[in-house]
Amino acid sequence: MNKVINKVLFNVTILLFAFLVALILGSVILLIAGVNPLFAYKAMIINPIFSVYGLSEAVVRAIPLMLVGIGISIAFRSKMINIGAEGQLQLGAVAGGAMALAFAGAPKIILIPLTLLAGFMAGGLWGGIAGWLKAKLSVNEVLSTVMLNYIAFQIYLYLIRGPLIDPAELAYGTGVPQTQRMPDSALFDRLILGQRIHSGIFVAILIAILVYYLLWKTSFGFRLRAVGEEPKAAKYAGIKVNKYLVLAMILSGGLAGIAGSVEVIGVHHRVLEGLSANYGFTGIVVALFGSLHPIGVIPASFFFGLLLIGAEMMQRAVDIPSAIVISIQGLVILSVVSSNIILRNPAYRKKFEKLIFNKKLLFWR
Amino acid sequence: MNKILSLEMVNITKRFPGVIANQDVNIKVNAGEVMALLGENGAGKTTLMNILYGLYNPNEGDILINGKKVKIRSPQNALDLGIGMVHQHFMLVPSLTVTENVALGINFKNKFKMDLKVVADKIKKLGEKNNLNVDPNAYISQLSVGEQQRVEIIKALYHGANFLVLDEPTAALTPQETDQLIKWIREIIKDDMGVIFISHKLKEVTEVSDKVEVLRDGKNVFSVQTNKTNVDELAREMAGRDIELPTVDKKNEFGDVVLKVEDVWAKSDKGTDALKGISLALKKGEILGIAGVSGNGQKELAEVITGFRKVNKGKINFKDENIVNKSIQYIIDQGLGFIPEDRLHMGTVPGFKVKENLILKDYLKYPFCKNFILKPKYIESYCKTTVDEYDIKCPNINTPTHALSGGNIQKLILSRELKRNPVALVASYPIRGVDIGAIEYIHEKLLEARNNDVGILLITEELEELLNLSDRIAVIYEGKILDILEADKATKSKLGLLMAGVKEG
Ligand SMILES: Nc1ncnc2c1ncn2[C@@H]1O[C@H](COP(=O)(O)OP(=O)(O)OP(=O)(O)O)[C@@H](O)[C@H]1O
Ligand SMILES: [Mg+2]
Repeated sequence: MNKVINKVLFNVTILLFAFLVALILGSVILLIAGVNPLFAYKAMIINPIFSVYGLSEAVVRAIPLMLVGIGISIAFRSKMINIGAEGQLQLGAVAGGAMALAFAGAPKIILIPLTLLAGFMAGGLWGGIAGWLKAKLSVNEVLSTVMLNYIAFQIYLYLIRGPLIDPAELAYGTGVPQTQRMPDSALFDRLILGQRIHSGIFVAILIAILVYYLLWKTSFGFRLRAVGEEPKAAKYAGIKVNKYLVLAMILSGGLAGIAGSVEVIGVHHRVLEGLSANYGFTGIVVALFGSLHPIGVIPASFFFGLLLIGAEMMQRAVDIPSAIVISIQGLVILSVVSSNIILRNPAYRKKFEKLIFNKKLLFWR
Repeated sequence: MNKILSLEMVNITKRFPGVIANQDVNIKVNAGEVMALLGENGAGKTTLMNILYGLYNPNEGDILINGKKVKIRSPQNALDLGIGMVHQHFMLVPSLTVTENVALGINFKNKFKMDLKVVADKIKKLGEKNNLNVDPNAYISQLSVGEQQRVEIIKALYHGANFLVLDEPTAALTPQETDQLIKWIREIIKDDMGVIFISHKLKEVTEVSDKVEVLRDGKNVFSVQTNKTNVDELAREMAGRDIELPTVDKKNEFGDVVLKVEDVWAKSDKGTDALKGISLALKKGEILGIAGVSGNGQKELAEVITGFRKVNKGKINFKDENIVNKSIQYIIDQGLGFIPEDRLHMGTVPGFKVKENLILKDYLKYPFCKNFILKPKYIESYCKTTVDEYDIKCPNINTPTHALSGGNIQKLILSRELKRNPVALVASYPIRGVDIGAIEYIHEKLLEARNNDVGILLITEELEELLNLSDRIAVIYEGKILDILEADKATKSKLGLLMAGVKEG
């Protein structure tokens, strides 16, 4: 037990330390921009944690990150480097939105699952294409998923500017590219009055648990992991390796697609431009940070959710160019993720453990 | 750099989490001497040599060269002191030439330009002087295993090594290449080279070495002058008990033909014809040995039978059904077992737990799995029994498989294949790199399976193993069966001639 506590303390110390290093580096940037770093950091770290608004918004961002991150974990575990979550998410959003609008009259209990299913199918199709290209034609999946992102984005824009645009926008001649408001029966409930946090969080956590179960407790997961770990041995065991590469990409894209439709019926209530906020890419970092484990992705996405809202709140509080905020955020992510090597690599770990525990650098010893 | 006249490792202790790999180990080697380092899988031989080469730091102990303490913290230190090492798994870049590979480790004076011509010339000279012929401009991927090994040795010599560590250099060599290497080693020590030689093959150890040091569980247990010992004694000291390799008992009645290969043609990975109309028939309860210098189609033969490789022409009848180009899963389901040559990356998923690899072919079947849900309780108890039954040494069944020693990985594969009650079994090089105790065990199990009516196709280049186990021996040469001998009519010299492609009469 003592050992476990030590380990947790150690991990937390290293992460905090990395965080601190990034903040110190970031303060140089802030000083150059003529901002008091202490004030800026208070807005970035303290304010979100100690306000209902901050926490709620952190969760709002954690939900799509979690769903994308779980999907990425599945793909990466079968050695498919899926960079296409952004496009998969956008198609999931627009498909989910279209579904919700088409069956607007249906009761909630049917309409929400239907919407999520549409998101899953659209994203899964997009991921599956990349998987199929790899399996049949050996097209590198990094290349195909990046290219598919461009295509997905154009399809997305076309749909919300053309066929799916809100008729009111046309009637009034404003022409904002967005769909009609989703019917109430398609919406996730808001959990706190006046805040955006919504019940999609339960769906995300449920999916994390389901995927964990799928990967480690079923024969399907056994095959998927075998294919990713060592395709030669998987083939030897009689597994059709190519089939499982495609399936992994369908699942991975499908979860990104669900993330998209959750954004629509949980946060924006319409399909609109700029819906994704780069979740498809940040989700990759989240997945890696969560050790490509669906359960590990849960805390990782909360952490990144906090980070994202913190940066926004800092920007509003001190009124600096968003470029600076983005670079500080990048610094934090870079150093925290790099510190992971200390946690993972036993040799480094030993070195630092010595440093921390033997030299009594820390207060708990 | 001074010449190494004597090299000592004193009271070396090295601990890994959960294991003591070396405990108070002492060795001493003089110039002009070959010391063989023996021990079972996991005895700590490689670890000790990695310490000498600066890859690991020992927890305790010293290294003395010519009586003086030295600190070796990196392979660069070791090379500077004149110590070269050839690892069991070669560290060469296949897409580069010999010269480029050697140049990789050189600190050029001019950091922006490598003078490859100078390097190539020196390689030529070193080759001529030491009788190690390789073409400096050949690509590594074109070289045989034996040639690649020469490149590794030249790499060490290029850096001025006058002390060589060879970690299982013969594990993948053909018998001819092994003989050449042994001759070569006996030659170079005349120039006051010191050599440490690691091998599981005791016969070659007695041929090449001047003295022998045996490790067991990380400790020195036995050291002796080679001319005062013999193979049996060394085996006993390694294993800590008497070793007696089992031999097949003659029987006259065999079952029906279970596997029949008829005029099969198939291509190699490079696209050349690897199998050129091969035919053979395996009966139930028979061990049919396939002898041959490796690279004559053995790998491809195993792969066409088990469904890994496309057959271009011909028939393979398994239980009276043509299984040519059927799926691997289908062939497994018909009851054909397979012990592949590449045991770590094909026979097991290295990152999987021991228990996951034990059920690698059964995870879909009833007691292991029901309605696609794995049954952890049954799997655990099944795997615990198997690990005990087959004496697979591992910390527990949740250990990742790559952490096991070679012999134990092989036992894991063997247990999985045999417990599935196969009708026939293809076993490729089942004892490669495996220690003598495990060899005894694996051979006993193969014979037991034979006596239970399993037909076994045994592919190996160890003549000893072929003669001990086989009922009949087929010799494969350039993708065809050159001849098939009854085991009692086969001798080493007859097989040797056939393996070289010479058929009398
Ligand atoms: N890097 C490592 N981390 C942890 N344990 C290790 C490591 N390297 C070796 N060991 C353990 O140390 C012991 C000695 O291993 P070593 O590789 O030296 O054996 P060996 O005598 O070379 O065996 P083999 O004949 O199979 O090559 C084994 O129990 C092994 O599992
Ligand atoms: Mg070794």
